[in-house]
This record gives sequence, structure tokens and C-alpha cells, in this order.
Amino acid sequence: MAGWKRHGGFLAGAVLVTLFVLVALLGPWLGLADPLAADPDLALRAPGGEHLLGTDAVGRDLAARIVSGARLSLLVGLLSRLVALALGTAAGLLAGYVGGWLDTVVMRLADMTLAFPALLLLIAIVAAFGPSLLTLFLALGLLGWAPVARVLRSQVLALRKQDYVEAARAIGCSRRRILIRHLLPACGSTLLVLFSMGMAGAIIAEGSLSFLGLGAQPPQPSWGTLIRDGFGYLRSAPWLTLIPGLCMALAVLGFNLLGDGLRDLLDPNRSGGDYAGGL
Amino acid sequence: MRRWILRRLLTLVPVLLGVTFLSFLLLYVVPGDPVQAVAGERYDEAVLAELREELHLDDPLLLRYGRFLAGLVRGDLGVSYVSREPVSEAIAATFPNTLRLALASMLVAVVLGVGLGTAAAARPGSWLDRIAMVLASAGISVPVFWLGMVLIFLFSVKLHWLPPSGYGEGSLRHLVLPAITLGTASAALIARMTRASLLEVLGQDYIRTARAKGLHPVRVLIVHGLRNALLPVVTVVGNDFGSYLSGSVLTEMIFAWPGLGRYTLEAVARRDLPALQGAILVMALAFVLVNLLVDLSYAWIDPRTRREGEVS
Repeated sequence: MAGWKRHGGFLAGAVLVTLFVLVALLGPWLGLADPLAADPDLALRAPGGEHLLGTDAVGRDLAARIVSGARLSLLVGLLSRLVALALGTAAGLLAGYVGGWLDTVVMRLADMTLAFPALLLLIAIVAAFGPSLLTLFLALGLLGWAPVARVLRSQVLALRKQDYVEAARAIGCSRRRILIRHLLPACGSTLLVLFSMGMAGAIIAEGSLSFLGLGAQPPQPSWGTLIRDGFGYLRSAPWLTLIPGLCMALAVLGFNLLGDGLRDLLDPNRSGGDYAGGL
Repeated sequence: MRRWILRRLLTLVPVLLGVTFLSFLLLYVVPGDPVQAVAGERYDEAVLAELREELHLDDPLLLRYGRFLAGLVRGDLGVSYVSREPVSEAIAATFPNTLRLALASMLVAVVLGVGLGTAAAARPGSWLDRIAMVLASAGISVPVFWLGMVLIFLFSVKLHWLPPSGYGEGSLRHLVLPAITLGTASAALIARMTRASLLEVLGQDYIRTARAKGLHPVRVLIVHGLRNALLPVVTVVGNDFGSYLSGSVLTEMIFAWPGLGRYTLEAVARRDLPALQGAILVMALAFVLVNLLVDLSYAWIDPRTRREGEVS
């Protein structure tokens, strides 16, 4: 991690992510209005004054609703990442180390998952099982495993030829011990990068689905639904779309920059290329 | 080469069979009665039963799948539950619009992306490089639906330069904002790939040779550098173009663009299974065909991959 103080992208990303996480965690204690409390007398107030970021069409406080949306984004992101990283890590490690038909099956499954346009697959899953937050976590997690598995597999393929892995095998370590005690820790920094990039993808995916009405259901505010609700007032009250979208873009930018920065700093040798796959 | 293409085309058959069967299974096994969605308010049991009979909804799954396949080989994708019109006609009407938007977006993405990436790689570390890469990071992070709204707000609401939505009988003015909206994320990715790939190529010996023999720097950059740096870029272009063809649901929604993505979303909302089934098939087909084209273009750009022929 040498040189992180001079890596502008990493610093900017870290600041944005810290801000996002703090706002999401401290949300209820920030002294904002109730995000669900409507007051028709105060509808469509411009930013400034008592309501810092203005109010929506039924007079709900936009700032409070954005903070509430941030909590949802963080929750969806973390839970779906947990599912995706757990599945992807297991699949990638096994495919890379064990090889053979297992490798073929896992990689073809990953190809199939990735070959489908992610958003459409998400829409189909949500349409099939009904829009709910649980569907959202599971769908995002189940789709997110494939890029993780691919990256980890290629890393394990390189690692298994390393002396220390050969040595572990030579002194009779079990396959499970080699996988968990020797290979998994070596993939730690890659997992960190994948986690950060994946958070960015999950926030966008949650926002997109909620925007289409297939994610968070009213009255739960989500960045996606805020943007959709504001769209109808783009002429009269543009802040209702512009501000939530800006927050979302900044949070996503933060995780992307952090991921890029971590990759540069943790693995200075690799040049170019991307850890493929947004979700 | 021709045999290779033919073999690739043949392998498409099992892939498409798999896709259709899986989507068939997923869509027909899920809870919910499509008949109620079709009948709407007419909750008369007799009417519902009649409809179910008419749509063959009580037949076993495999029989229905068989019927679907039999129709497919005749180019018949079934009849929409909702509009009662052939699905193939609806897809034939919407797909060209999606294709048009996809082509325009890719044009935006390639011109902007390769341009920015090349400019950045020509002077790494310069302010131009920094601005280009900041723009690229921003372009990857901006949610596409929000970007569309910002563009509508700026160019339609505030400046009155361009129409906010609609197809406009194919006028170019209606195409500009959707194409920029959809193309931006790809442009950003392409810019990063171009820069990274070009920097690697520019460090090669033959570039030094070209410079040493006194060629113009721009000529070295474009002819010797860029041409050899394009391979990873082609992958991005292919991937993104494939997903554009499957209908960019969000962009089509925001700009009320009558394309395949919007059609699919409406089919989902109304549980119109034949429509959904047909749309998924067309998307999968487009996606695989684009991938085939990408592999072909590898061979064209980089003759070294030609000999192996069987690049996966």
C-alpha cells in the first residue's frame, strides 16, 4: 500500500466512500425530518430554508429521503456483495485448483451468466418472484458471482504453481487446508478490489431496478424511485431529479475510484485491463 | 475460414435451444396466472377457462415447449396474450429502432472513447491525460437513466435545442440525446482501454524503430500504435453492442423510444409470456451473433490469431 498518500484517485474515492457510509450509518441521528412525513402545504419547495434540499410533490423532505435512500443502497450493496463474493470465491477457488470437469462446468456456467444482459436477467427474476428487497439481494448476489469466480480462478491458476503451495502439498496438507489457509489469503487484495467495484455495480443495479418500479417499493425511499418520481417535475422542480442522481453518481464514483486505487496500490505490476463485469 | 464460421454457426443451435428452454422453464413455472393479467377486470370463471383453453395453458410443459419449437422453425413466435397479434410482427417493428439507437450509440462511444484514449496516451501524465481519465471515471459511474434526464434538462428544458423524447419518425434530432446517453458509459470504458492498451504498444521495439527512422509522431501513434492497440477495444465494443441490441431498457424508457427494451419491459409488466419468450430469443440471438463477429474481427485485425483459427 505504499504511496497511497500520493494516489489522487484513491484518496478521492476513500473520501467519497467514507462520506457515503457515514451518512448512511448516522442517518437517523442527523436531525433531519421524517422521510415519510408528507405535508401538502409544503409541496415542491425549492432547496434552501427550513428544508435544506427542498421538498417533493407531497411535501416530504428531500434531504431526509436521500439519506434514507443511502441506507438502502448500502444495505443492498453489502448483502448482495456478501452472496456474490461467497459464491464466486468458492467457485473460483475450486475451479482453479481442482481443475478438470469441475473447472469446465463452473466456467461454462459463468459464461452463460455473463452472456445474458444483466439488467434484463434481473428484470426477469424480479418479475418472476415479485419485487421485494429479498429478491433484489438474491438476484444481485446470484448474478454477481460469475465475474468474481473468473478473476479468482485465473489468480489461483497462477498461484498453484508457486513454491509455497507446492511445499504445502508436499508435506501432505489436505486440499481443503491448501484452499482455505494458503490460497484464499493470497487472494485477499483481489477480493477487496472486487468488493469495491461490486458495490458500485450493486448501487447502480438497485437504483435502475427501483427506477423501473421493480426494486424498493413505496413508501420506502430509494435513489432510483426518487429520481423516477422527480422525472415528472423536471421542468418545475428539477432538484428532485438532479440532487438524488448526483448523490448516486458520487457514491458509485467513490467505490469505482477506491477500487481502481486499491488495484493500483495493491498490485503495482499489473498494467491496464479491468476487473471485468459491473455487477 | 469459411468452415470455421460454419462450425461456429452450428454451435449456436444448442446454445439457443438452451436459452429458449431455460427461459421457457423460468417463465412458465413461476407463480401467477397469466390469464388474469390478460382478462384484466373480466373475472368471470367461464371466460377465464375459455381463455386458458384457447392459449393452451393447461397442456403439459413439454408439449407446450414442443409447440413453441415447431412454431419457431416456421418463424412463428406465437401470439401475444395482450395484443393478440403475432409476436414476430411486434419484434420486427421494434427491433429496427433498437438497432438504429445501438448503432448511433456505438458511433458516439467509439469516436469519443478512442479519441479521448488516444489523446491521453499520447501524453501520459499531462493535464489532458488527467482530464480525460477523470471524465472516463465519471462516465463509468453516472447512472444511465440519470444522465438521460440531465441531458433532457439541459438541452430540451433549458436550451430548447433538442426534443426531449420520442422517435420523431426517425429524425436525426430525436436520436442525438438517446445516443449520447447510451453511449457514454461505453465511451468511458473504451477510453480507458484504448489508453492502457496504447501505452503498452507504444513501449514496444517496433515503435522505437518507427520513431528512429524519422516517421512523423502522429503517423507512428495512429498507424503503428493505434492499429495494434485496438484488439482489447474491439472486445469492449462487441460486448456493449451486444447488450445494446438486447434493448437498452432504461434509455428507451426515458426517451419513450419504441424499441425492443421497452417492449420487453411492458411484456414483463403484463406477464405476456409469448412476447417475453420471443424477445428473449431475439436478444440471445443478437448477442451470440455479435460475439461471432467480434471473433471474426480479431482475425482481421491481428493476423497472429488467424492461424489458431479456433479462438473461443
